[in-house]
Amino acid sequence: MTSPTAPTAPSAPDRPPVVRRPAGLTSTGIVLVILAVAVVAGAVLTAIEGRNFFSTGNLRDILTITSTLGLIAIGQTLVILVGSLDLSVPFVASLTGVIAAGIMAGETGNVPLALVVALGLAALIGLVNGLVVSLLRVHGFIATLGMGLIISGYIATNYQGSHGSAPRSFRLIGISFIGPIPVSTLLMLGCALLAIVLLRRTRVGHHLYAVGGNAEVARLSGVRTWVPVVTAHVLCSLLAGFAGLLLLARLSVGNPTIGSQGQYDLMSIAAVVLGGTLLAGGKGHITGTIAGVAIFAVMDNVMGALQTDPFLRDVVRGAVIVAAVAVYARREIDRRPARFDAPSPARRRA
Amino acid sequence: MRPPTETAPAVPTADHSAPGQVVLRARSLTKSFVGHTVLSDVDLELRAGEVHGLVGENGAGKSTLMKILAGVHTADHGTVELDGQMMSFHHPLQAQQAGISTVFQEFNLLPERTVAENIWLGREPRRGPLVDVKRMNRDTQQLLDDLGVPGLRPDQRVRSLSVAEQQVVEIAKAVSFDARIISMDEPTAALATHEVELLYGIIRGLTARGVAILYVSHRLKEVFDLCDTITVLKDGKQVATRPAGSLDDAELVRLMVGRSIASFFPDPVEGTETGAPLLELRGAGNGYVDDVSLTLRAGEILGIAGLQGSGRTELLEALFGVRGFTRGELRVGDKVVRLRSPRSAVRAGLALVTEDRKATGLALNQSILDNALGPVRAVFPGRTGRARREVPGLFTNLQVAARAMDQEVQFLSGGNQQKVVLAGWLATEPRIVLMDEPTRGIDVGAKHAIYELMRVLTREGVGIVMVSSELPEIIGMADRILVMRDGRVAGELPAGPSEEAVLQLATGVTPTEQERA
Repeated sequence: MTSPTAPTAPSAPDRPPVVRRPAGLTSTGIVLVILAVAVVAGAVLTAIEGRNFFSTGNLRDILTITSTLGLIAIGQTLVILVGSLDLSVPFVASLTGVIAAGIMAGETGNVPLALVVALGLAALIGLVNGLVVSLLRVHGFIATLGMGLIISGYIATNYQGSHGSAPRSFRLIGISFIGPIPVSTLLMLGCALLAIVLLRRTRVGHHLYAVGGNAEVARLSGVRTWVPVVTAHVLCSLLAGFAGLLLLARLSVGNPTIGSQGQYDLMSIAAVVLGGTLLAGGKGHITGTIAGVAIFAVMDNVMGALQTDPFLRDVVRGAVIVAAVAVYARREIDRRPARFDAPSPARRRA
Repeated sequence: MRPPTETAPAVPTADHSAPGQVVLRARSLTKSFVGHTVLSDVDLELRAGEVHGLVGENGAGKSTLMKILAGVHTADHGTVELDGQMMSFHHPLQAQQAGISTVFQEFNLLPERTVAENIWLGREPRRGPLVDVKRMNRDTQQLLDDLGVPGLRPDQRVRSLSVAEQQVVEIAKAVSFDARIISMDEPTAALATHEVELLYGIIRGLTARGVAILYVSHRLKEVFDLCDTITVLKDGKQVATRPAGSLDDAELVRLMVGRSIASFFPDPVEGTETGAPLLELRGAGNGYVDDVSLTLRAGEILGIAGLQGSGRTELLEALFGVRGFTRGELRVGDKVVRLRSPRSAVRAGLALVTEDRKATGLALNQSILDNALGPVRAVFPGRTGRARREVPGLFTNLQVAARAMDQEVQFLSGGNQQKVVLAGWLATEPRIVLMDEPTRGIDVGAKHAIYELMRVLTREGVGIVMVSSELPEIIGMADRILVMRDGRVAGELPAGPSEEAVLQLATGVTPTEQERA
């Protein structure tokens, strides 16, 4: 915690000074380092290809990729922190896209209704997920797997090919920029900020960590454990729905398979874990997740520029995730400081 | 004393009751689980400013009684009155808000959250819709100051705290509810001797403010040190409630077990001889212990004493190859060996009964039989058939109380679980048994069974290394005692030293200095 707590109480001047252990690199630190390495390597490799990594067009491409995956990964972070998982996100994204496109039917006047219906539906799906997980005690993996199958079945039977269309006014969200930054990315960062405030400064955020860390401890402390679980699932579905709407704005028509094409279920989980959040819940940050998403976006962009074979692209993605988690695991093992053999034993005493 | 502060929002005063006044009166509490009565017709009176001891073997109903008061369980019959008002709790929070807090035996803390976040979990102070982190930390600091524990910061992550500090956080959390009654379940189970003193200080401070304490412990010395009144439970029934002054050790043990244990620590079995060295260390060390030399002979119990964190567990782990020695020489029998993994240690004839049976000793959701066969199956698969035939006999010898061999081990009491752990290791026919806190948190009867087993093993020529935080235990059982301090051997004592002699080596101060401190 780096919150401003230093001048806690003016009450005890005689309190012995507490020696802060050298913090070392936090998991967020590691992921930021990986991101920096990815950006530098990306810039070099792109330059070898004779292109400019930092050109406005290229940065816009990268940031655009981060917006949809970012939104979904923020939601996934909340769900994973509370100790659950959401595999239904790609189908929620597809569903909100086709439904909103259908209602809009190219008319600007229909946009508000489309948004309300699409996001309302997404929230309802999250509510069901959350209630199944918390009240029926079905693990999130299974509950949302089932929900994902149901939604994908519904989409497959009712929507073949593209459906409906978004009016130009709505499409502007997907194609406008403020400087080099796409509006969609700013919306995603806004959601990230709200999620950070939620986690750090609201009760439900604190309880989300508590339930994910140890649900029984939370219950014995008087936390109604279903509240954070349902909240996380509703927010996750809402954010997935939001991502679906952004995709609609970019494509201008509802595409019933857009979510599964993006592999948003596994990619969002991968970004969360790469960002240092514990898959078992109870520990992690939104900032890490955003950095994780950015790493994937940079890698994809660079390998796209190099025209890498798609298989190699997946190999690199997979290797990065596994390597990052292996590094985190190693840090957990070596947490207990050695008393002897340490480089400077005097400091390690105490 | 208490520092002057302008605001005292969350710090409990608990001065509602005159000392000696009955705060809580429970009448004929009865509770059954699936037809099995675990508590029947128990009465309890807690008085302001008094410590009420609750003793009994595991399974006697102590935990159930505490959990009813804590609102974790609801009694089938009986009433709980708080200040003459009938109470009925359906959730722990209701009990806490009524002023009854409980410090459970298993820590109920979130390691990844800070001290303050743990204490105020579920009641985070808010300003508007947001959590007031500053105020939360300030209130926490004041709670800690009031308990008289310097050196703990509200924004420290619980993971980075020692066991004793975590205990303090638990108590601070209990106190933060403005608790008038605090139940503590085995609060010293994980503490070293000098830390127990800290806890005593905190408890005395609380009672001085009129808090009533319900104190559950297996350590009789503590019960006599602290308690004004003692209630003894046996098989769910109330055997006695008496002033502590009218009881002594022998009488209390008799009440608890229903029989008198003549000699609590059994004498060596006749014919036990100290034989050839089984295990020798010369100048051995790794990252956690340094320059350790010791010899363990056949038929001998070598005690390892020391404070929490002095490297006792780390020494056993190094011997067992968990984090092996990187320096010095280790001989098993007459061969110099290098144990790089627990597997190699088991092959060399070692066994390790770990400190925390639930985390590292047992697969809780597997059967008794599978647990008891675990080590053999893992290391000597060829001997599984024979072990399977022998295990029932071991269970009979150890008096394991279980319904059936396929019962899940999580449903056994702590003592029986520990016996299952021991049976599993004995099935590997070890020559050297390492035991880390072998009787932690188990009842008197099971303790005695384990002491007797240790004597029988030594009679058969096994060597035992026993780590224990309970001085009477280590003094009563060990043939020699090695005292550790700061990862090194501080000294060695012959059988039956005084507690002072052990403490002196463990703390590195002379007794007079210690009293002054």
